[in-house]
Amino acid sequence: MDLQAVIESLPRYGEPLLVTIGVTVASAALALVLAFALGLMTGSRHLAVRTPARVFVEFFRGSSVVVQLFWFAFAMPVVLGIQFDYLIAAGIIALGLNYGAYSSEVVRGAIAAVPQGQLEASTALNLTPLQRMRLVVLPQAWPEMIPSLCAFAIMLLKASALVSVIGILDITWLAGLIGKQPGQDRLLHYGVVLVIYFVLAWLIWTGMRALERKAKRGIGIDAKSVKGRLAPTVATGGVH
Amino acid sequence: MQTGWSNETLREIFPAIWDGFVVVLQVTLVAGIIAVVLGLLVAIGERNGPVWLRRPLGAVFQFIRNTPLLVQVLIVWTATSLYINPDWSAFAVGSAVLGVHYASYTSESYRAGIDAIPKGQWEAATALNLPTGRVWGAVVLPQMFRRSAAAVGNWVIAMFKEVPTLFIIGVMEMIAEARAFQGQHYTGAVEGYTLAGLLFLAASYPVAVAMRRLENRLASE
Repeated sequence: MDLQAVIESLPRYGEPLLVTIGVTVASAALALVLAFALGLMTGSRHLAVRTPARVFVEFFRGSSVVVQLFWFAFAMPVVLGIQFDYLIAAGIIALGLNYGAYSSEVVRGAIAAVPQGQLEASTALNLTPLQRMRLVVLPQAWPEMIPSLCAFAIMLLKASALVSVIGILDITWLAGLIGKQPGQDRLLHYGVVLVIYFVLAWLIWTGMRALERKAKRGIGIDAKSVKGRLAPTVATGGVH
Repeated sequence: MQTGWSNETLREIFPAIWDGFVVVLQVTLVAGIIAVVLGLLVAIGERNGPVWLRRPLGAVFQFIRNTPLLVQVLIVWTATSLYINPDWSAFAVGSAVLGVHYASYTSESYRAGIDAIPKGQWEAATALNLPTGRVWGAVVLPQMFRRSAAAVGNWVIAMFKEVPTLFIIGVMEMIAEARAFQGQHYTGAVEGYTLAGLLFLAASYPVAVAMRRLENRLASE
C-alpha cells in the first residue's frame, strides 16, 4: 500500500528537514547582515560608498539565483583553486548573497522613508551620525521593513529547495531518492514535501507578524491601527 | 580536473550556452503569456467569480505561491511522464508550471491594482446600470493595468531568471547545456556558468531599468 509506505518513511525526513531549515536560517542570517550593510551603503550621500554597493546589488539581482548557485558550487572552487569540503557552504553563500542584494533595497527604502524632520531634530539635539542612526532612524525604519523582509524570507525558504540540485541532502532531495525506491509513490513524497514547505512558510509569516507588532509597539504605534497592513505581502515589485 | 579560466573553452562552449539562452527566451515567452493572462483571470475570479469558486481558488493559489517552484516542477513532471502522457515535452510541461507559479504572483499584483480603484467608481458603475462586461472592460481594467503594469512586468523579469530551474526535468536551457558540455569535455564549469550569469545580466538589466522608468512615470502621472 503506497500511503502506508509513505507514512512509514516519514521519520527519514527528520534529518533532511534540519538541513532545509539550517540552510534557510544560515542564508537568511547572511542575507540580513548583507542587506543592512548594502542598504546603508546604497543610501549613502557619498558616491565612493554608494557606487560599489550599487554595482554589487545590481550584479546579484540582475542574474539568476540558480546560475549563481552553480557558479559558487562548481566554478568558484576552480577559479580560486580551493575545494569545498561541504558544498552546503556554496549553497548558503549563493542564497545569502542573492537575497541580501534584493533585501538591501527594502532597508534602503525604509531608511529613506523616515521623515526629514526626525533627522533635523537629531541634528538639533547634537546627536552624532551613529547615534542618529541607532537611536532615531533604525527604530522607526525597522518595523516598516518587516513585511517585505518576511516576503523575502519566504522566497528564500522556497529557493533553498534548489540546493538539492547541487547535492545537498535536504527534503527535496530525499523525496526524489525515496520516491525511486520500489513500493514507494514519488508523487506522494513530493506532495509531502510541498506541505512541509507550506507549513514552514506559514511559520515564518506568523513569526514575522508577531515581530512586526512588537516592533511597532516598541515605538508607540498601536498594532491594531495598522492591522490592515499585516496581510501577507508578496514583495510587491520587490523582485526584479 | 579543470584549473582556472580558458578562452579556448569559452569559444567552444559559447554556441551551446547561446542555444540554452534561446530556449530560456522561448520558455519566458510561453510562461510569460500564461502568467500574465492566468494571473488576471485568477484575480478577477477571486473577486467576482461564483461564491463557491472564490475560496478554493484563493487557497490553491496561496499554496502555489508559498511552495518551491522546483518541487512543483518535479511533481507535475512525475505526474505527466508516469501517469498522464509520457509524450508531453519537458519544455511544454516546464513552461506551464512556471507560468502557473508566476500567475500566483501576478494575480496579487492585479488584485492590488483592482483594490486601489476607489469604491465610488464601482458605485457609479452600478448607478449607471452598466453591464458587468462594461464595468470591467471600460472602468476597472484600464485603471488597473496602469497601476499593475510595472509590478507584473517585474514578475515576468523575475520569472525569466528562474527558467534555469527547469533543467531538472531536462529542458535544455543554459545550466543543462553547461552540464552536457562538461559531461563531454570534462571542463567548462567556470566558462559555462559565468557566461550564463552574464547573459542573464545583459538581458535583464536593461529591461529592469526600463520597468523602473515605467513605474516612476505611471506613479507621477
